[in-house]
Amino acid sequence: MPKYDKRTIEELIDGTIDFFKLKEMLSHFKDPERFDTYLGILQERVPWEDRILLPAGLHLYIVQKESGDRIVKCDCGHEFCDYRDNWKLHALIYVRDTEEKLEELYPKLLAPDPQWQVIREYYCPSCGVQLEVENVTPWYPVIKDFEPDIDAFYEEWLGRPVPQPKVG
Amino acid sequence: MANVQSEWLVQNNARRPIGFHGKTLKQMREEIDRLSRETGHYAGLKELPFKESEPIRYEKIFAKLRGGVVHARETAKRVAASPIVEQEGELCFTLYTPEADSIVTSTGIIIHVGTMGAAIKYMIKNDYEENPGIEPGDIFCNNDCQIGNVHPCDVHTIVPIFWGHELVGWVGGVTHVIDVGATAPGSMTVGPVTRYDDGYQVACRKIGKNDTLLKDWLIESQRSVRTTKYWLLDERTRVAGCHMIRDLVLQIIEEEGIDTYKQFIREVIEDGRRGFINQVKSMTIPGTYRGVSFVDVPYQNLDVPPYARVNTIMHAPSEMTIHKDGKLEIDFEGVNRWGWHSYNATPVSITSGIWVMLSQTLIPNDRVNDGAYYASRFGLPYGSWLNPDDIRTAHSYAWHFLVSAWSPLWRSLSRTYFARGYLEEVNAGNANTSNWLQGGGYNQFHENHAVNSFESAAEGVGASAVKDGIDHAAAVWNPEGDMGDMEIWELAEPLLYLGRSIKPNTGGYGKYRGGNGYETLRMVWGAKDWTMFFMGNGYMSSDCGLMGGYPAASGYRFEAHGTNIKELIEKKRPLPLGGDPDPGNPQYEKLITAKEIKRDKQAITTEEIFDNYDLYLNYLRGGPGFGDPLERNPKAIETDLNEGHLLPAYAEKVYGAVIAQDQKGRWVVDEAKTEQRRAEIRKERIKRGKPTREWMKQERENILNKQAAIQVRHMYAGSFALSEKFTKQFKEFWDLPEEWIIKESELGIPVFGARNQIQ
Repeated sequence: MPKYDKRTIEELIDGTIDFFKLKEMLSHFKDPERFDTYLGILQERVPWEDRILLPAGLHLYIVQKESGDRIVKCDCGHEFCDYRDNWKLHALIYVRDTEEKLEELYPKLLAPDPQWQVIREYYCPSCGVQLEVENVTPWYPVIKDFEPDIDAFYEEWLGRPVPQPKVG
Repeated sequence: MANVQSEWLVQNNARRPIGFHGKTLKQMREEIDRLSRETGHYAGLKELPFKESEPIRYEKIFAKLRGGVVHARETAKRVAASPIVEQEGELCFTLYTPEADSIVTSTGIIIHVGTMGAAIKYMIKNDYEENPGIEPGDIFCNNDCQIGNVHPCDVHTIVPIFWGHELVGWVGGVTHVIDVGATAPGSMTVGPVTRYDDGYQVACRKIGKNDTLLKDWLIESQRSVRTTKYWLLDERTRVAGCHMIRDLVLQIIEEEGIDTYKQFIREVIEDGRRGFINQVKSMTIPGTYRGVSFVDVPYQNLDVPPYARVNTIMHAPSEMTIHKDGKLEIDFEGVNRWGWHSYNATPVSITSGIWVMLSQTLIPNDRVNDGAYYASRFGLPYGSWLNPDDIRTAHSYAWHFLVSAWSPLWRSLSRTYFARGYLEEVNAGNANTSNWLQGGGYNQFHENHAVNSFESAAEGVGASAVKDGIDHAAAVWNPEGDMGDMEIWELAEPLLYLGRSIKPNTGGYGKYRGGNGYETLRMVWGAKDWTMFFMGNGYMSSDCGLMGGYPAASGYRFEAHGTNIKELIEKKRPLPLGGDPDPGNPQYEKLITAKEIKRDKQAITTEEIFDNYDLYLNYLRGGPGFGDPLERNPKAIETDLNEGHLLPAYAEKVYGAVIAQDQKGRWVVDEAKTEQRRAEIRKERIKRGKPTREWMKQERENILNKQAAIQVRHMYAGSFALSEKFTKQFKEFWDLPEEWIIKESELGIPVFGARNQIQ
């Protein structure tokens, strides 16, 4: 099984990894230690102390609060909701539903037609980062993308208990 | 007559079953299903004694078989004359057990691992063993979609493999033929709206005996398609490959012994099942993941029967569940009804296509066999476009829906890879693999001809979480595909190239952008009585960005008829010799005059007459993007601008880049000013964004008032009619009154097939 050092995983996260190293990574079996190395780097980089249980997207994490609650949190510190809820319902939304708004993004004729499709952008209310984009027909319910089974992942797949909040 | 019948009965009663140990194939099939179901292991194999006791011998047999089927593909494709097969590699060979479970497959269009297996299962189920009989040297053919196929132009050749009196397996070969004799030329025509327009259909027919194709078959098939020479050579390609593999299997049995081979073919499938579960557990996170995709069916103004003249939308919601035990389940509950167009699919085509996709991500190895199938489960609602409840459905371009429906699955898997840290595996989704340039008539060599350009085998790839998607590089349905050489296409098509270039802004924007597509401008030359049409997404983009990235651009068509290009050439005046980089600022029209120019979003058309010197723009789509575009490295934006991947206005509007040109005309991004501008844009977002729940109140009003275009309402009505669960979830989400509903019957458009089905 391959094993990669912390620096390599940092380069991967930053997109600065050498092409041939990346190619090797794609072609080889996966390194079982990756999750812990990756989580360690992400934890070091966020400006807050809550423990990351699982990355939930670029800038988004499922973290454990001292109370034991698991919430979705942006790396800027904005806290969205319980991890079982849909964070998009607690975000800001901007809907491109006119030709004018869609043609800010795409040249004329390359944009979808708003009579068929709209583009919804979801932003973090605190830092304004664009966290997700939906490309849907009008009326479409907000999609709940991700419902991980954190307990099964830790306990049954990684073979260890889910980290518990620090006592005291 | 009575004598004939009694002779048949005598022969049939004397016929010995051809399965293992005197069993019929049907009994063997039932036994495998029962054992697999009861034990949870393929064929009841809880242990792998052969692999465990003699691992090197086991691997040697696998390597010989895998090498052999790949070798057969590479050799046999040289028999073909069709550039689709010879250039693009649109062929594949697979070896099966007697019960039609796949053991090992070649490279190429491996969706047919499943479809050919389904065709063999159909023959087993329908007692082909008794009539027409399955004997050494037989050759069978199938291209019927509802039996086991994606679309009729994928033609299967299937050959049984006997060891003595026992059938020990099957080998299947498939090629994508250029024409299948449908209502319009080209293999994936737009015109068909029923099965009866979809072209020549062969339903698991015995076409050869004693390794020889039957004369009546050769005559009939040659009279049923337009491109007779290509058809004939494609068939010889398939037969040659099947016979090479049959010989290989017999040689292995001779070397290793029949009992070893029988044990091996069982263990290798169970091994495939276990390997798949291991991959799931080592790369993903258990849980539930959701996505959705759509694609347009703009038929209101097309030249099709009146009941098909409807604008509608394909709806493909998918819920992927990764269970704690590593099993994978994909449920398409909520998909809408099949329709009167040629984009309907079959259960085997969508599930087999998912294996093609997974072979490019989760199981990127040579162990693609039915083991993975035994570790997964699919929800495919009956009556929907992916499991029609009517014999009349057309399928000639099923891929229009299939490639669109698979795109969210990449994103669902990518969310798990991202969470686990395997960022290199993230892919924002596959491109819509269009446009399809197709048509036909009388070609430059004075032959009855059809064309089906496979330049579409090189679309933009979705972005990853580490780097941009690859430009004009791949198509989800053929991991081996490429765009082909222009010189070869010019021989195959009476269409000269006036340009082939990158299409800027077609890959979805993002921190890492989707791979851009490309475009080729073709001028008709040397054709007579010639028609062509367009086939691709236009009003919609069928993919979506991931984690803040944008979808790829949607499509459009450009065609020019009655041009003055002949005169321009004679006068040595400038010609349009490149792409159409900014379709909102057209340049071709400044160089030419034409009686008629069509430049619009109607990217699906039926046959139009094209004369020499007419123009056709073939635009191949880009892939979706990953991450917030405001996080794109300024240096990457500079490169995009200077290499023609991005129009300057969008570097400013989408990426927030502050740009200028230096003295040599090269674009430079001012990084400090860009950082400032991006901070302003983030503030603008916070200002213009609404809390989602507040926005939902407005949208709910639109729903209550049924305010949406007809195609949108028709799509929802088709999903509501098939799924109580989707209807309930939709109404709960929007908090709609109990009585609120949209029915197909209230839309004022033809709804043939919604009330009455013919099985």
